[in-house]
Amino acid sequence: MTTSAYTRADFQTDQEVRWCPGCGDYTILASVQNFMANMGLPKEKIVFVSGIGCSSRFPYYMNTYGMHTIHGRAPAIATGLAASRPDLSVWVVTGDGDALSIGGNHLIHALRRNIDIKILLFNNQIYGLTKGQYSPTSELGKRTKSSPMGAIDWPFNPVALALGAEATFVARTLDMDRPLTQEILERAYQHQGAAFIEIYQNCNVFNDKAFIELTGKEERVHNRIDLRHGEPIVFGPNQEKAVIFRDGRAQVVDRASADPSEILVHDETRPDPTIAFALAQLSHGPHGPTPIGIFRDAPRDTYERLMASQIAEAQQRLGAGDLEALLRSGGTWEVT
Amino acid sequence: MSDTIATVNDESEQETQTAELDRVVIRLAGDSGDGMQVAGSRFTDASAAFGNDLATLPSFPAEIRAPAGTLPGVSSFQVQIADFDILTAGDQPDVLVAMNPAALKANLADLRQGGTLIVNTEAFNERNLAKAGYEKNPLEDGSLEGYRVIKVPMESLTKEAVKDSGVKGRDVLRSKNFFALGLLAWLFHRPQEPTLEWVEQKFAARPEVVKANISAFKAGYNFGITTEATKVTYLVKPAHLPPGTYTNVTGNTALAWGLIAAAHAAKLPLFYGSYPITPASDILHELARRKNFGVRTFQAEDEIAAIGATIGAAFGGALAVTGTSGPGLALKSEGISLAVMTELPLVIVDVQRGGPSTGLPTKPEQTDLLFALYGRHGESPLPVLAAASPSDAFDVAIEAARIALKYMTPVILLSDNLIANGSEPWRLPAVDELPDISVPFATEPNGPEGHFLPYLRDVHTFARPWAVPGTPGLEHRLGGLEKEAITGNVSYDPANHQLMTDSRAWKIANIASDIPPVEVEGDEDASLLVVGWGSTLGSIRAAARRARNRGHKVATVHLRYLNPFPENLEDVLRSFDMILVPELNTGQLRRLLRAEYLIDSEGLNKVAGVPFKVAEVEDKILEMLKR
Ligand SMILES: Cc1ncc(C[n+]2csc(CCOP(=O)(O)OP(=O)(O)O)c2C)c(N)n1
Ligand code: SF4
Ligand SMILES: [Mg+2]
Repeated sequence: MTTSAYTRADFQTDQEVRWCPGCGDYTILASVQNFMANMGLPKEKIVFVSGIGCSSRFPYYMNTYGMHTIHGRAPAIATGLAASRPDLSVWVVTGDGDALSIGGNHLIHALRRNIDIKILLFNNQIYGLTKGQYSPTSELGKRTKSSPMGAIDWPFNPVALALGAEATFVARTLDMDRPLTQEILERAYQHQGAAFIEIYQNCNVFNDKAFIELTGKEERVHNRIDLRHGEPIVFGPNQEKAVIFRDGRAQVVDRASADPSEILVHDETRPDPTIAFALAQLSHGPHGPTPIGIFRDAPRDTYERLMASQIAEAQQRLGAGDLEALLRSGGTWEVT
Repeated sequence: MSDTIATVNDESEQETQTAELDRVVIRLAGDSGDGMQVAGSRFTDASAAFGNDLATLPSFPAEIRAPAGTLPGVSSFQVQIADFDILTAGDQPDVLVAMNPAALKANLADLRQGGTLIVNTEAFNERNLAKAGYEKNPLEDGSLEGYRVIKVPMESLTKEAVKDSGVKGRDVLRSKNFFALGLLAWLFHRPQEPTLEWVEQKFAARPEVVKANISAFKAGYNFGITTEATKVTYLVKPAHLPPGTYTNVTGNTALAWGLIAAAHAAKLPLFYGSYPITPASDILHELARRKNFGVRTFQAEDEIAAIGATIGAAFGGALAVTGTSGPGLALKSEGISLAVMTELPLVIVDVQRGGPSTGLPTKPEQTDLLFALYGRHGESPLPVLAAASPSDAFDVAIEAARIALKYMTPVILLSDNLIANGSEPWRLPAVDELPDISVPFATEPNGPEGHFLPYLRDVHTFARPWAVPGTPGLEHRLGGLEKEAITGNVSYDPANHQLMTDSRAWKIANIASDIPPVEVEGDEDASLLVVGWGSTLGSIRAAARRARNRGHKVATVHLRYLNPFPENLEDVLRSFDMILVPELNTGQLRRLLRAEYLIDSEGLNKVAGVPFKVAEVEDKILEMLKR
């Protein structure tokens, strides 16, 4: 990480943080503030844009430029800002309802365009702000106020969705895992283009312990599959489990039974998202063995760079715009 | 100057005669694939080059490829040319070109009795007649006796004319619109050069097409010279327009150029976020071609994203504009309220079309006025301006941007299909005389102890400062939650919400002191005032002129500012006994005037997807004056 004159306090605002005590959002805020302090980018160059939801309160607590906008639209607003101001570092904070329900369209389009915005999706698998309805990532059968007999909607797998939209940077982390979160933020920042980071975030009021299989002391060693670029994908208390790709899908097997050459070696940079997608499909939520880390980091031209190069090309070909000539471009006649 | 066409001379002499007219209305109609829009635009440009005043009214089907030869597939282009300053594209064509039976059927009722009808006889075969729903061939059954019919076997003549050009197969008959154009050029003494030059430029990459179109054009012209069918040609002399350099411009183009000019005058980069929709798409197309002006066009995934991106660009310090039509404005509603709350400068263009829902996408209406004023949740006042003619769209675009920037507010600019696709000669403004509409960004803290207060308002305009990301020390957070006055912090305080609601309202109302008073046109001592807004300008002014020519007194007022109204509007309204408000809606401005001033007026309302005929407005004026 770069050296920086900032400390975490430089990124804190005087606004009282209004999340419920114990909410995972606090931990994420601390990770982001720490990362920003270390990153050393002048804070006037940083903009946080959010939608609506508990998570979307985030910009108020970051002493940078920011905008708390409307439900689901943060990626669109951030796109306009990033496209017109490529000099800024634009970050989006959104929730599972915000990004995947009302704002699903903007999310996939921002990702496919590869506009240089970094999207942090705080996935608590619930609508927090509206007090506990099921969300597009709530598991099938989830009982909430709006689904007293259990949710009948098949949930989204946000990482798979982002990969399906051919996002060039896709990662998953946990609110509790601050070092990993900061590492991924750093990598997302360095990545040129859209970055999508799903952060499993505990809502201790409406959906407590949703991620316990990945965060609990007992459970996590069995379920966390840590993706490390260039390394074979193995996990378990004694690294006794392995992930292989067979019959067109990724599968968990006993390492002992697997031919070592069959064990998937993680490669973030594969241009084709197929293997990354297969990894995402290993779990359809934070249940059982679940990959954590960077699924994909495969750069492609960014939207704003292409936009700027078209402008440069037009100016080179046609000369800088001349208003007088423009008004005459349709042919003129004189009246004397 | 008389506003009625001179009667077409009885045609008995053998020699070709030239009859002089003060104005004439020509409509070209054919299948969507027949190139009528191209032919109409070329005729228009030649007439502009000749020095006529003119106005155009294109009309095309909503379907891109409606079945050939059918009534829904008919596309037409109407142009009025005159030797004086006309105001509309005319009520009734004097000349109709019908390229097939469907075009004849769809348009004949509009042709003036005794008018000239040019028909492509070869398209009147059994199949086409059946498709158009004709049981008998109208060219043979005597039903066209009231018109002067010029029958032209246009297809074989075009084939013959282009045979050496190198075009083959189906492309051969594509030139028949140029044949028709050549014939019109002869009939109306149009200069040939503008058309020939255009063809050469437009098809430069395809020399065989250049050759074919030019040959067809000349063949049409020569057909006129040699035909026995008519011996009278018409001359509409150049109009006495104010001196200057003119171009012929459509409303969408003028609006796009106005936005570029506004960015230039504001010294800001232009950002245009939009989702394609008829009839606003051409603004996006025009701006996308102008990247050398530094224009950033963003084709969004939907209108919600378009307004969103525009808000983002405005936060970043661009002149941020989004354009759409009614259905898209509906989707932008929530975003516009965010811009009201965050007090960011935006221009939202609504090129109105027939509604509700998909309605009549290619037809004009003025039905979004109340929607523009009130179509948002919460108390979300914003300025609303309307363009009144194609060239006026240029000025209104600059004015909308000026208000948006100066008062830090979203502004809605209303245009409509008539303005967007209609065209008129436009005397070019002097670029170096454009107003300076730039506003400085905040660069220094404006509060105690180096604090930046994003909602500390300017005492005159009530605008808050515009501090763009990248400015050290002015980091701040905007958002849709109610803001505390001055600090901009989130606030749920009742008194603060009242204060902020009032402040937002007052800021917009106060703009009335910064816009020109309405000007009364016509007879200030008249008993009747006709009040309009938007694209009805031409019909209203022409109707008032006709009434005046009959010896009546009539005054008119045309509103560019629909919110807030100009300060003198109430006094003006009160100084007349009767007020007539013609609108292409069910009475939206009339309702606003009554709500604002408790002044009653009478409406002339039409929601038929077509503009007012001058005669309709005139009849209403005369009827009211008789009381
Ligand atoms: C247009 C609109 N519809 C509905 C809402 C109500 N609403 C606010 S937040 C929210 C869901 C938030 O859930 P999520 O995005 O998961 O965020 P969380 O609160 O869980 O962080 C809803 C439905 C709104 N603010 N705006
Ligand atoms: S409701 Fe849940 S997500 Fe929202 S602040 Fe409370 S704990 Fe956090
Ligand atoms: Mg949530």
